[in-house]
Formats: sequence, C-alpha cells, structure tokens
Amino acid sequence: MELNLPAILTPDLGLLFWMAIAFLVVFGVLAKFGFPAIIKMVDERKQYIDDSLRKAHEANEKLANIQKEGESILQEARERQAQILKEATATRDAIVEKAQEKAREEGARLLSEAKAEIESEKQAAISDIRRQVATLSVEIAEKVLREKLSTDKAQMDLIDRMLDDVSSSDKR
Amino acid sequence: MKRIKYILLLAVVALLPLRMSASGGHGDGGQLNIPEIVLEHLADAYEWHIATYDDRHISIPLPIIVRSANTGEWHFCTAHTLPEGFFFDAGHHGKIYEKMADGTAVRPIDLSMTKNVVQIWIVVAVLITVFLSCARWYRKRDAKSAAPRGFVGMMEMLVMSINDDVIKASIGEKHYRRYAPYLLTVFFFIFTCNLIGLIPIFPGGANVTGNINITLFLAVCTMLAINLFGNKEYWKEIFWPDVPLFLKAYPVPIMPVIELFGVFTKPFALMIRLFANMMAGHAVILSFTCVIFLGWSMGAGFGMGLNVFSVLMMLFMNCLEVLVAFVQAYVFTMLSSVFIGLAHQEGHHGN
Repeated sequence: MELNLPAILTPDLGLLFWMAIAFLVVFGVLAKFGFPAIIKMVDERKQYIDDSLRKAHEANEKLANIQKEGESILQEARERQAQILKEATATRDAIVEKAQEKAREEGARLLSEAKAEIESEKQAAISDIRRQVATLSVEIAEKVLREKLSTDKAQMDLIDRMLDDVSSSDKR
Repeated sequence: MKRIKYILLLAVVALLPLRMSASGGHGDGGQLNIPEIVLEHLADAYEWHIATYDDRHISIPLPIIVRSANTGEWHFCTAHTLPEGFFFDAGHHGKIYEKMADGTAVRPIDLSMTKNVVQIWIVVAVLITVFLSCARWYRKRDAKSAAPRGFVGMMEMLVMSINDDVIKASIGEKHYRRYAPYLLTVFFFIFTCNLIGLIPIFPGGANVTGNINITLFLAVCTMLAINLFGNKEYWKEIFWPDVPLFLKAYPVPIMPVIELFGVFTKPFALMIRLFANMMAGHAVILSFTCVIFLGWSMGAGFGMGLNVFSVLMMLFMNCLEVLVAFVQAYVFTMLSSVFIGLAHQEGHHGN
C-alpha cells in the first residue's frame, strides 16, 4: 500500500506544470520589462544626484576662488591708488617748486632790469643835468658878459661863486 | 460609526451558530473533525468553494484537464461534468482517478486548473499589472525628474531595498546583476502569494506557498541558479576542500560526501521552511475558526467564551501572518542570495 500523505505534501504533476509555466511567464515579463526599468532609473537618478552634488561642490569651490581673486584684485587696486596718490603729490610738489623757482627767477630778472633802467635813467638824468648846467653856465656867462664886465677880478669871483652854488646844489 | 461597527460585530457573532448548524449538518451527529476540515481547506481543489448554505455548496467551477490512461484522450470538463470512468478518489484527497478495465484505479495525467493554479495565475496577473504600470511610469520620465511618490514610490522603495540590501549585499557587487531579476521575481511572487492567501474569500485564500509542490519548484530553481553558475572555487570546495587528505580521499572521501549532501540540503531547507511556515499559519487561523464552531457545539456558555477568545486570536494571527508573509518571502530571497553568493566566492584570501 502506498504512503498516503496529506494533500499539501503530495507531489502533484499538474500543479507543478502550471506553476512552472506561470512562474516562467511572470519571470520573463518582469525580468524583461519590470525590474530593469525600475533599477536602471534608480541607478541613473543616483548617478545624476552624485553628478549634481559634485558639480555643486565644484561651483562652490570656484565661487570661493573668485571671491579670493576679487579680494586680491581689490587689494591691488588699493595699493595702486595709494601709489598714484603719492606720485600725484610728488608731481604737484615738483610743479609748485618749479613754478616758485621760475617766479623767483622772473622776479630777480625784473628787479635787475628795473635796476638797470633806473641806472640808465639816472645816467640820463645826470647827463641832462650836466647839459642843463652847461647851458645855465653859458646863460649865466652870457648874462654876466652882457651886464658889465668891469673888472676881471670881480667877474672871475662872480663866476666862481656861481659855479660853487651850482655844484653845491648839484651835489646835494 | 463606532456603534454601528459594534452592532455589526454582535450580529456576526449571533449568526455564527446558524452557520454552525448548517455545517454540522453533514458532520454526522454534529461531531467536528477539525484536523480533517483544516487539511481539506489547506488542500488543493477542483473548484473554488466560497460558502455552504443550507447544505448547498456555492463554488466557482474550475476547468479540469485530464488525459485518459485508457484511451490517451484529453478531456476538458468541470467537476460536475466528469466523463465516464473518472471519479474523485476519497482515499486520495479527492483527486481524480480513473477506473481501468481490470478494475484497478490509476492516476491519469491531470493538468487541471485547480484552485491553486488559478490563484497562481491571479498572482501572476497582479504582479504583471503592478510592475508594468510602474515601468510605464518610468518610461515617461528620465533621471532628472523627481522621484516617484505614492504607489510607484512604494514599489520602488520595496524593489530597491530587496535589490540593494538583500541581493547586492549577499551576492556581492560583481555578480548580483545576473541574479537580481530572478530573486526579485521570487520575492514578489512569494510575497504576493502569501498576502493574497490571507484574504479569506474568492480572489484569495488558496494555500499556494503552503503547498509542497510550489516550494519544491522554487527550491529547484534556486538550486539550479546556485549550481549552474557556481565558479571553480565553489566546486573545489565541494570535491577537494582544504582538509587533510585522509578526510577527502582515503580511506573514505567523507568531506566531499558531506559537501555534496549540502548541495541538496540547502534548497531542501528552503523548500521546507517556506512550506511549513505558510502551512502552519493557515492551519492556525483555520483552527481558531474551527474552535468557534467547536465551542458552540459544546453549549452557549462555552460558545460565547470561546468565540471571544478565538476571534481575538484570529485577529492576532492574521496580523502576525501579514508579518510572516513578508518575513518568509524575505528569508527565502535572502537565503537564496546567500547560497548564490557562496557559489561565487573568490577563494580563501580572507583567512
């Protein structure tokens, strides 16, 4: 007599057959169209997220670099500004100095010219005075001669006295 | 709302004795044969029984496909239109047998769409619908779109947790891709079978994973997956392990024998584990259901007490079985992955 197991423990060809077909069908469909789509998408998404994170990191780094660079440029500009200011001050000082020098020279020149003119004026005046003195002398002499040349002595004294007067007034 | 539920529960409890007397009608003297009832409900059937009312069975007829051993002819029929010569043998769990000319009864080739087969096809339909609809969702989007929400998100989470935490972790980064579709299919097939098996009425309720044929098939598939693609190291470990010569060659090749035995015990353990767990879960729930009827056959006082106890225990067991449904599918997948991973080891570099 064969062993009579409970029904759930009895091998059953029909059930095995249908199980095999059904399982192969579901395996075929899911392995081809079901799971790969999901897993592929998740992998791709993971890749994308990783890439995005890396890019964000790089961008952050770049931004930090740019900030640093900007700061250095600013620093440089400030230094340059200071230098330019210094140069400008020096130039200004030099220009002022030069101008002053020139002004001084000009002043001196004007002064000397004025002096020379004054001198020449003085000379001219002196010669003029001399000429006038001579003229006056001649006129006086004329007068004297015209009045009365009584005595030579009296005439000579008069001439001397007159000349002394003239020269003393001239000296003064 | 709460009160309505309460009244409904009371009504159900009050109606139970009626059903009891109805089912007790064919129990001959009201004595319930609980093991028989439980085993009958666990077993496969040629029709999908839904309810018995007033001695009338309400059931969905399922196609029977048998090949006559006498004539070699294929017969397509239902349980009610069984052709001449065939009969349901009560001594063999009501399986179809055929009377031969000499009076003996033989089992013909029987490819009937039984309750379990229909249940499997329902599971297959559910799985294909679910995953193809998920796949369609993915086809419409690319990697740059946001992660799915709702149902698709849940399925993605489930698939990826099995794929990453079980399959990839057990088999290893290098080889897991080849096995992932098979193992994922196994997981979701078992999981869905277990869950649908917990629904007590028509679209579910068949004891699929608690049937040795199903777990046998799954275990054989896993055994093939382990052994067909095992590397040289794996076979060397079986036939020529790193043990003293007298253990592996002379006088008796004891280690190879043990290892070879292990090749078969691993899938065998898988088969028995899944079968026993699911069968036991169904059996316990069915037993508590039977206790309700048993209590009423002992009298109203027993009935009330046992009913409350049984209903509570049944609710608890059903909750537990939902957990077990997941755990068993998980364990089967994980152990399959571990065994496959063992067949792909890179030798004894570690120790």
